[in-house]
Amino acid sequence: MGVLQYVAKRVGLYFAVLFIGLTITFLLPRLMPANPIDGYIGQIQARASGALTADDIIQLRANLEQLYGLKGDLFSQYLSYLERVVLHFDFGPSFTYYPQPVSQMIFNALPWTLGLLLISTFIAWLLGNMVGLVAGYFHTKKAATILEVVGILLYPIPYYILAVSVILLLAYIFPIFPLSPTFPVGQMTPQKFGMVIYNSLLPALTLVLAGFGWNILSMKALAVATTEEPYVTYARLKGASNWTRMVRYVFRNAMLPQVTALALSLGTVFNGALLTEMLFSYPGVGLIMRTAASGGDYNVLYGAIAISIIAVATAGLVIDLIYPLLDPRIRHK
Amino acid sequence: MIKLNDLKISYRIGNRVIEAVNGVTLTIPDGSIVGIAGESGCGKSTLMKAIYGDIQSPMSLSGGSIEYGMKGADGLPVTTQTIRREWFKSISYIPQSSMNSLNPVIRIRDQFTDFPGTDSNKKRVLERARAYIGKLGLPAEAMESYPHQLSGGMRQRVMIALATFFQPELIIADEPTTALDVVVQKEILLLLMEVQELMGNTILVVSHDMGVHYQVTHKMLIMYAGRVVEYGDTESVFADPQHPYTKMLIDSLPTIGDDSMRGVLASMAGAGGDRAYRVEPELIEVKPGHFMARPSQIVGAAA
Amino acid sequence: MTTESPSAAGAAAIPAAPTAKRRDSLLWLLNARLAIGLSLVSIFIVGSIVLPFFAPADPSLQATYLKNMPMSWEHLLGTNAIGQDIFWFLVFAIRNSLILGVLVGVGVTIISTAVGLSAGYIGGNYERVVMLVVDSFITIPLLPILIILGAVIRGNSSFLTVGLIIVVFGWAWGARTIRSMALSLREREFINMARFSGANTFNILTREIFPYVSAYMVVGFINTILFAVNTEATLAVIGLSKVEVPTLGSIIFWALNYNALFTGNYPWLVAPIVASILLFLGLFLTSTGFNAAFANKRGVA
Repeated sequence: MGVLQYVAKRVGLYFAVLFIGLTITFLLPRLMPANPIDGYIGQIQARASGALTADDIIQLRANLEQLYGLKGDLFSQYLSYLERVVLHFDFGPSFTYYPQPVSQMIFNALPWTLGLLLISTFIAWLLGNMVGLVAGYFHTKKAATILEVVGILLYPIPYYILAVSVILLLAYIFPIFPLSPTFPVGQMTPQKFGMVIYNSLLPALTLVLAGFGWNILSMKALAVATTEEPYVTYARLKGASNWTRMVRYVFRNAMLPQVTALALSLGTVFNGALLTEMLFSYPGVGLIMRTAASGGDYNVLYGAIAISIIAVATAGLVIDLIYPLLDPRIRHK
Repeated sequence: MIKLNDLKISYRIGNRVIEAVNGVTLTIPDGSIVGIAGESGCGKSTLMKAIYGDIQSPMSLSGGSIEYGMKGADGLPVTTQTIRREWFKSISYIPQSSMNSLNPVIRIRDQFTDFPGTDSNKKRVLERARAYIGKLGLPAEAMESYPHQLSGGMRQRVMIALATFFQPELIIADEPTTALDVVVQKEILLLLMEVQELMGNTILVVSHDMGVHYQVTHKMLIMYAGRVVEYGDTESVFADPQHPYTKMLIDSLPTIGDDSMRGVLASMAGAGGDRAYRVEPELIEVKPGHFMARPSQIVGAAA
Repeated sequence: MTTESPSAAGAAAIPAAPTAKRRDSLLWLLNARLAIGLSLVSIFIVGSIVLPFFAPADPSLQATYLKNMPMSWEHLLGTNAIGQDIFWFLVFAIRNSLILGVLVGVGVTIISTAVGLSAGYIGGNYERVVMLVVDSFITIPLLPILIILGAVIRGNSSFLTVGLIIVVFGWAWGARTIRSMALSLREREFINMARFSGANTFNILTREIFPYVSAYMVVGFINTILFAVNTEATLAVIGLSKVEVPTLGSIIFWALNYNALFTGNYPWLVAPIVASILLFLGLFLTSTGFNAAFANKRGVA
C-alpha cells in the first residue's frame, strides 16, 4: 500500500511538472516582445537581398505561421502544440537547417549530453559522498576539517569559472588536453571512440568538480547528524568496527536524503552540463542551443527546452522510483 | 562478582571538572538482578557506562577501580582497558529506546551478524539466532523484518535477544521498559527475569521507576549526587528504608488505597523532598547485607 | 544555474547545526568563517563603491587605450584586445554584478518569504498547489529558458531586464526552505498560545513566525546574491546577457571571444577568475558563517 501511494504521488508530480514545463515553453515565445516569424522573415529578406515583394511576405508569413504552429487563437494553438509535442514529439523543422526536423537534431545530440551528464554526476555523487562521509564520521578529528575545506573551496565556484580554469590549467599552462577539442562524427571506430573519451575528459572533470563540492558539504552535515543517532551509539556499544558503523550505519542512512537531493538538483546539474558543453564545444544539446540562439533558430530552442524538461523530469522520476528500494520504511509500510 | 573500589568518574567540560560518580565502593554478587535507582543526574547512568567500559572523552575514570572477576578470551582477567573486547560476549547492553537503537534500514537478521569476531559462518549464526529468538517469544519472520515493522514490545525482545545471544555474564539494561506501555512493560520484565534465571547471569537494571525495581530486582542501589546512599536486598530496602532519600523515593510510589496525594506530598516534605542532602562517602551496615550512608545533615534548599 | 541555485541555503543550513559537544570547539571555526567571509565581501563592497570615483575613463568604452598592453603602473592589469583597461573594467564589472545581485536578492527574498510563509502556515489545498508550482520551478532546468529569453530580448534588453528574469525564475528554492521552517513552527507551543489568545493569522505570521524566519532570510539573501551574480555571469559568458555592460561574466565573454589565451593576454582571463572565486567564496563563507552563528544562538538560548 505504502509503495503504491508513494509511486502514485510521484508520478502525479511528474505529470504536473511536465504540464507546467510544457506550458511555460508554449507561452514563452508568445509573451515575447519580438515575434520569431518577424525574425525569420527578416533573415529570409536579407538572404534574398530585399527582393521579396509585400505579397510575397504575406504569403511567407502565412506559410511560416502554419509551419511553426502560430495559426489560430491562443487556445487552439495550445491544444495543437500539446498534441504535437506529447503524441508525436514534433517540434517542427529547424530554420537554419531547413527542413531537418528539430526532434531529430535533438535526439542526435541527446545521447552525448546524457552520457556526459550521467557519468560525471554519478562520479561526483560517489566521490563527494565518500569524502563527505569520512569528513562527517570523523568530524571530531582535525584532519577531517581539511576534507571539508575542499568542499567549501569548490562549492561556491560556478561552472563557467571551473570550466575556464580547467581549460587554463590543463590545456594552456599544462597542455595535456587540446585547447579546442574536436569530436569526430559519423560511424564510431575504436580510434574515434578513444578520441571522444579523451576530448570529453575536460568537460567531465568540470562537471565532477562542480558536483563534488556540494556533495561533500551536504554529506558531511548529514553524516555528523547521523553519527549522533542512538542506533550508531548502539552499534558502537555492540563493538561493531568503525568501518561497519561508518558504512552500514551512517552511510546507509545518510545517503537517503542525498538521493532525494540528487533528484531535486537534476535541473541545476543539467544547466551545468549545457553550459559546459557550450564552453567545450561538446556536441550535445547545449551546443545545439547555443548555435540556435545565435542563429535565431527558435524552433530548435523551444524543442530543446521541451526535451530538457522531459529529460530532467524523467530522470528525477526514475531516481525517486528507485528510492523505495533503498529505504525499507517506504517499501514495507 | 563485580567489585567497585572507591570509583570516581568525572566529566571535563571546558575548564570545569564535574564529579558524576564520587567514590562508590560496593560488591555486586554473581547471578543477581541489581537495580540502580535515583533521580536524573545522580550518576546512575555514568556508573552504568563506567561498568560497561564505555569511558571516553569528556568522561574519564579519575579514581578507584572496577574488578570484573571474569577472564577474557586471552585468559587474563578483564579490566577497564580490555572490557571493550568482551562487549556482547561477556558483557552486554540493552538500550533504552529500542525504536531508535535499531538501524532502520537493515533487517533484524543483519543485527545478529555485525558483531566483531563472531562465527564467520553467517548461515550458522543466523540458524542459531532464528532458533534463539523463537525461545524469546518472537516469530521467525521477525528475523526478516525491518525495525519499523515490529511493535515496541517485539523490538525490545529483539534487543534482549541480541544482548543475551552469547550468554554474557553481565547485562546492563538502561531503562529497559521506559518507552513501553504498562502491559508490554510487564512482559518484558518477566522475560528479563526468565532469561536471568535460565542463564544465571548478573543483570544491572538502571531505572528511575521504583515499581520496576520492586518487581524484578534482588538487590537495590540508591544513588544520590554521585554517591551511594543505600544498598541492600530489595525486600529489605522497600520494607525498611534507612536513608530519608530512599524513603522519599519509595513513598512517591502510589499504592492502592492511597486515596489522596496529600500523604505523598506530606511525606516528601517531611523527608526533605525538596532539600539537598550531603551524603557521606562511607556506607554503614545497618542490617546484614543492607548498607546506608549516614545522612549527616540537611543543607539548605536544592539548587 | 551553475551550482549556485539558492539550494546553497539547504546545504548550508545543515552544516551549521553543531551538536552540544562540538559547540565549544566549533565556535572558533565558525567565527573564523564569518570573519574571513565578511572581510572578503567588505573589500569587494567598499572597492566597488569607492574606486569608480577614481576611474580615469568609462571602462566600457572601446579603444580608449592601446590594445593588449602589458601590466604596468598605469594599467595595473594591462589593456585588452579592444583597448579597455582591464583593471577598471573589472572594478566596474564587480560593482555591476553586486548591484544586480543585491536587487535580485531583495526581490527573491520578498517573493520566497511571502510564498513560503503563506504556504507553510496556511496549508491545505493552497499549500499543495503552491508546492506543486515550487517543485516544478525547481525541477525545470532554468538555463534553457534563460537562453531563449536571452536570445529573444538580447537586442532590446536592459541590464535590469536580465535581473527581473532571474527573480522570476529564482524564488522557488527559498520558498521551499521557508515553507518547511514555517511548517515546523506551526506546530510549536508558542504559536498555539498566540492563536488561542486571539491573534489573527497575519499577526502570527508577522510577529511570531517572522522573527524566526528572518535569520534564514539573511542567509537566503546572501545566497541569492551569489545565485544572481552567477546566473547573469553565466548568461554573459555565452553572450546572452547585455555583454556591453561590464560584469563578471561579460569580461570573460570578451576574453574568450578575443582568444585571450592564444594572444597571451592572460590577465584578461585570470583576473576575473580570481576575483570571482574570491567574491563567491566570501559570499558563501558569510552565508554559512551567519547560518552557524544563528544556529548557535538558538541552540544556546
